[in-house]
Amino acid sequence: MTVPLLSLQGLTKAYPGVVANDSVSFDIGEGEVHALLGENGAGKSTLVKMIYGLVKPDSGQMLLRGAPFAPAEPRAARADGIAMVFQHFSLFDALNVAENIALGMENPPEMRDLAARIREVSETYGLPLDPFRTVGDLSAGERQRVEIIRCLLQDPKLLIMDEPTSVLTPQEVEILFKTLQKLRAEGTSILYISHKLEEIRTLCDHATILRLGKNVGECTPSETSARDMAEMMVGSSLQTPQRKTREFGEVAMAITGLSVPAPSAFGTSLKNVHLTVRKGEILGIGGVAGNGQDELLGVLSGEVLTAADAVKLHGQPIGRHGPTARRALGVLAAPEERLGHAAAPDMSLTENAMLTGSVREGLEKNGFLDWGKTKDFAERIIKAFDVRTPGPGNAARSLSGGNLQKFVIGREVLQNPDVLVVNQPTWGVDAAAAAAIRQSLLDLAAKGAAVICISQDLDELMEISDSFAALNEGRLSAPREAAGLTVEEIGLMMGGAHGMEVAHV
Amino acid sequence: MDLSAINPVLLIASLMVAATPLLLAAIGELVVEKSGVLNLGVEGMMIVGAIAGFATAVESGSPLLGFFAAAFAGAALSVLFAILTQFAQANQVASGLSLTLFGLGLSALMGQSYVGVKPPRMGDIHIPVLSDLPVVGPILFGHDIILYFGIALTAAVWWVLKYSRMGLVLRAVGENHEAAHALGYKVIRIRILAILFGGACAGLGGAYISLIRVPQWTEGMTAGIGWIALALVVFASWKPWRALLGAYLFGGVTVVQLNLQAAGVAIPVEYLAMSPYLITIIVLVILSADKSSAPASLGRNFHASR
Repeated sequence: MTVPLLSLQGLTKAYPGVVANDSVSFDIGEGEVHALLGENGAGKSTLVKMIYGLVKPDSGQMLLRGAPFAPAEPRAARADGIAMVFQHFSLFDALNVAENIALGMENPPEMRDLAARIREVSETYGLPLDPFRTVGDLSAGERQRVEIIRCLLQDPKLLIMDEPTSVLTPQEVEILFKTLQKLRAEGTSILYISHKLEEIRTLCDHATILRLGKNVGECTPSETSARDMAEMMVGSSLQTPQRKTREFGEVAMAITGLSVPAPSAFGTSLKNVHLTVRKGEILGIGGVAGNGQDELLGVLSGEVLTAADAVKLHGQPIGRHGPTARRALGVLAAPEERLGHAAAPDMSLTENAMLTGSVREGLEKNGFLDWGKTKDFAERIIKAFDVRTPGPGNAARSLSGGNLQKFVIGREVLQNPDVLVVNQPTWGVDAAAAAAIRQSLLDLAAKGAAVICISQDLDELMEISDSFAALNEGRLSAPREAAGLTVEEIGLMMGGAHGMEVAHV
Repeated sequence: MDLSAINPVLLIASLMVAATPLLLAAIGELVVEKSGVLNLGVEGMMIVGAIAGFATAVESGSPLLGFFAAAFAGAALSVLFAILTQFAQANQVASGLSLTLFGLGLSALMGQSYVGVKPPRMGDIHIPVLSDLPVVGPILFGHDIILYFGIALTAAVWWVLKYSRMGLVLRAVGENHEAAHALGYKVIRIRILAILFGGACAGLGGAYISLIRVPQWTEGMTAGIGWIALALVVFASWKPWRALLGAYLFGGVTVVQLNLQAAGVAIPVEYLAMSPYLITIIVLVILSADKSSAPASLGRNFHASR
């Protein structure tokens, strides 16, 4: 047997209160695309940070081509040919593409030579980029190209990619895969982290599955079904959300011809948006992040005020109503950003329940707060949505992302909304909890509420929506019946591949 | 009133002298803020630099030694700020304000025995022929060495920020400290070095007031120049040459209003005295229409988590 490129042997890393990695071992061969699968919190990120030298293992060792490998810092890892594309981009908005790339290199050449090399490499791999554009103006897909080219310029032996496709349209994903396959053909190994199983089945040669920090199995993705892999990740069988009825009533909420300027320099303006959602209907809104999702949620929830009759609820104009007035009328919203937008991080769950529940749950009388009732409400949410926390007195910040997400969604669902707007309802939530959240949205619609679900997870939208529309640069496409839509059609609705082209092989 | 008593050549020459303390402090703070740290203690570091430089110059008889001591004292005081904000994760605004109050108190204590003392004079450079030229000579070639140092420092900071790797890393740290950390740059170390640089510059600026501009020691003699330097950095959109422009404008209006006071113009002294602050701020507000250039991590503490 040949010596593997990178061999991990019994890597263990513990943080106070949690063992992130518990003696994880596996090998990555030369020219192999190796998938690392696992739920959120399974320890994938900690593991790659050890390989990249950001975190030191407590015990265990790594061998690079048979020689001991213990990078003290990312610089050392890069010098040994390890490159990494981060999940949350490690880019600098105010600097240009070339400067961003120079920052990730050990000995960057002169700016002019670097710019020429960026052009050359980006064209070879079908990822066109202008080296002098400011990164803050680029789309998510283009930002990812910056990260990838930054890695490619260093001729890496091992390229680590942490959830690279979560921000891409299907067409962009296809082009990325072509690039990765070209790299593999050139002998570069790739460690590919994802929880999107179909992608892994098409791309990867081997997969290692982590659960709660332990290596719980390996498989060959092309020979294993997505369901089997999912069950290995979760460790139990999965329940698919079920829809009981599909009956639509009259129009609950409608937006007509709405245009809103961008709220900030790097925001998106909404352009002539039309939208209707009926009672009992779930409208799914897809699109890559940064195409107007936050702005649309603001318009629907009342954070952004518009002309009175641009937004209508049951035919009544509510465009000038703020969030509290809309809540009283039954329009509730759960924004994407959990800490700081949907919940106040340092306040307790009881206090957070008060923040949005005071109007509809009658938690406030003549300016006085009824904490007893609020605590009951918070406990009801915790119970109904299986939020794992010692009690409602705990700070929102202390909950894991998935648990806080369950709390945030549950808080709105339990207030019996007429119209519920959610943005990324299952972002960063493990599969079991995501299924529970989707089920609650389906149940809510079955009871006659209108639900608008903004999400970047297309599988999720296809699973729960009745109709589907896509946001692209602040424009909302015409809604389509969700059943029967193909991935290609969705991709085109999302704006295609943003000027990418297929790699020249 | 007698406006003919105002000599334009002397006016421009003294304008440059009046601007230098502000320029030195502003350039230092500009580097600090580019690294993402907001140090509101400039005034405190300046005044401590002023008395440290003054005392050293008086005791040793060497003004140049005084300037070295002032830079050292300013940097030493900024170490306190660096420890509070970078290691103890204290709030930068509160720490900076307390640094100013501490510096004002400390300088008053240090300076008790120096009130009314005359410091040794720093000689102006003299270049044969050039310095003797009419008009151009006194304006361009007849100043002390620290004034030229201030201009050279501005050029150096501009060049480093724009063209060097060091400057790029510094800007990156101030722009997005998490990303810089993920790429393996030492955010805390870079910021501490920037804070020390800012402290040294503020100390130099303070000593320039007590040793050259005034030259004597009185309590609270920096008179808000540190605060103007802070405002100058913001209104100069974190650009070194614009900071120089703002500093010269401030210095210019200061000198003109003093001359007008001396000439007995019929405007109340209070209005003349406030005019440099007012005019500098108005002009720079107009200049700083593009507000996008603030370092994105400015004022935010960094703590390396997992």
